[in-house]
Amino acid sequence: MGGRDSTMVLLDENGIRCDGRKIDEPRKIMIKAGGLKNADGSAYIEFGDNKILVGVYGPRDVHPKHMSNTDTGILRVRYHMEPFSVSERKNPAPSRREIEISKVIKEALLPAVILDKFPRTAVDVFIEILQADGGTRCAALAAASVALADAGIPMRDMVASCAAGKVADTIILDVNNEEDQAGQADMPIGYMPNLDKITLLQLDGVLNPEEFKKCVETGIAGCKIVYELQKKALQEKYFQNGGDQ
Amino acid sequence: MAQRSVIDDLKKSQILELLAQGKRIDGRALDEPRKLSIEVNAIPKANGSARVRLGDTETICGVKIQPDRPFPDMGDKGIFICTAELLPLSHPSVETGPPNPDVIELARVVDRGVRESHMVDVSELVIQKNKSVVGVFADIVVVDYDGNLFDACSYAATAALLTSKMPKWEMKDDLPTLVEGAESDLPTSTIPVSVTMAKIGDYIVVDPDGDEWASMDCRVTITTDSDGNIVAMQKGGHDGFTLDEIIKCGELSIKTGAQIRETLKQAAKGS
Repeated sequence: MGGRDSTMVLLDENGIRCDGRKIDEPRKIMIKAGGLKNADGSAYIEFGDNKILVGVYGPRDVHPKHMSNTDTGILRVRYHMEPFSVSERKNPAPSRREIEISKVIKEALLPAVILDKFPRTAVDVFIEILQADGGTRCAALAAASVALADAGIPMRDMVASCAAGKVADTIILDVNNEEDQAGQADMPIGYMPNLDKITLLQLDGVLNPEEFKKCVETGIAGCKIVYELQKKALQEKYFQNGGDQ
Repeated sequence: MAQRSVIDDLKKSQILELLAQGKRIDGRALDEPRKLSIEVNAIPKANGSARVRLGDTETICGVKIQPDRPFPDMGDKGIFICTAELLPLSHPSVETGPPNPDVIELARVVDRGVRESHMVDVSELVIQKNKSVVGVFADIVVVDYDGNLFDACSYAATAALLTSKMPKWEMKDDLPTLVEGAESDLPTSTIPVSVTMAKIGDYIVVDPDGDEWASMDCRVTITTDSDGNIVAMQKGGHDGFTLDEIIKCGELSIKTGAQIRETLKQAAKGS
């Protein structure tokens, strides 16, 4: 977001992007379920150069108490960037951007989790961005879904996530940092493939109605790729060694 | 508003019953926004202003234009910042103190809609490159709450910007100095219009009022520009949309946005 210039070649004449990918190719993604000893559930994701760690606690007692709900458990999400995660040191205090992203990720996860069996409790999702390179909210959401599943929280589906966007008048999958800075549009999407539900959707940039439709469809296609990797991560932990760390 | 009450639950069942018959609680059609009234230049001491009522939601935007230092990496661009605040007099549940996540989201979504449409051409707001630029600050306050603050704030900001007058500054002795009597219109291009739609049960309604807002499962705010492009979007709430629903919302936002854009133009013309 912010300054956009067109000096960089974002898409060459062969349809290859600035980091060597094709237009419909996501970055290299590695997801690992588990990894943290104390957390009830955890996940680690490398999404291109993004490195993100997610820990889940709960259902557990709510502090402060007035936040608790007698009808259902509540979900709390904190998205936090380490000061060393970006090129110029980031002030460690939560920024307005981080507060907003925490909120949209929470609302993207809420349709998936089933918390009415745990009234008066909280499930806390802590997302730590160790290294950021564009598309952190999508990578974080995908990892958070795996961490929630790893914590044994009942879920209707996992939320997969990927961004689509527009560079050089072309709709592309999985916008990286350069493409976000210099491109024409960025549309992060969170999607539950089994339920066909979009649970996170944002956009900045200009799209005409046809591009808009294509962009949503491209993003959903990306989500389906991520979804397979999320399932694989859980299978690797729970089917190969019976879930023991 | 933050907390759901028992009344909200009762209202939701009534709202759903009515929706099943194609009706809304206040008698509107599903794709019909509330009455929008705009009073421009409501705050003469500001460089531009608007007082907007969308149904019973009321917002005021004042635009202040003043010299500022450019951001370090953007010396050839002026500054445009849009903020939004929920005043304690707007609703009994609003408390003083630092803004909560709802309000931060509101301010950021409204800012993004106007910014991403490139309504304000920041490259024309330079007094001296890398040294001094013009800052345009659109500050919005909510004075009365009845749902859908996103659109009410966005219309206030847009109307205020459309009618803003920009003073002129020149560099003298290395300082930006006001040139008397050289005011001009703020350079604006397209007119962004945000349209918020709520999903309640299986129904999608445009411009949810306070009762609908408290009952909705999820919402999406889509901003379109004068050319009918979609320039910004934000989904919220505890449920999700299907692809078909999102495409439909995109179409609704273009259609409804076009009507509202005319209202904004008329209001700006009357200034």
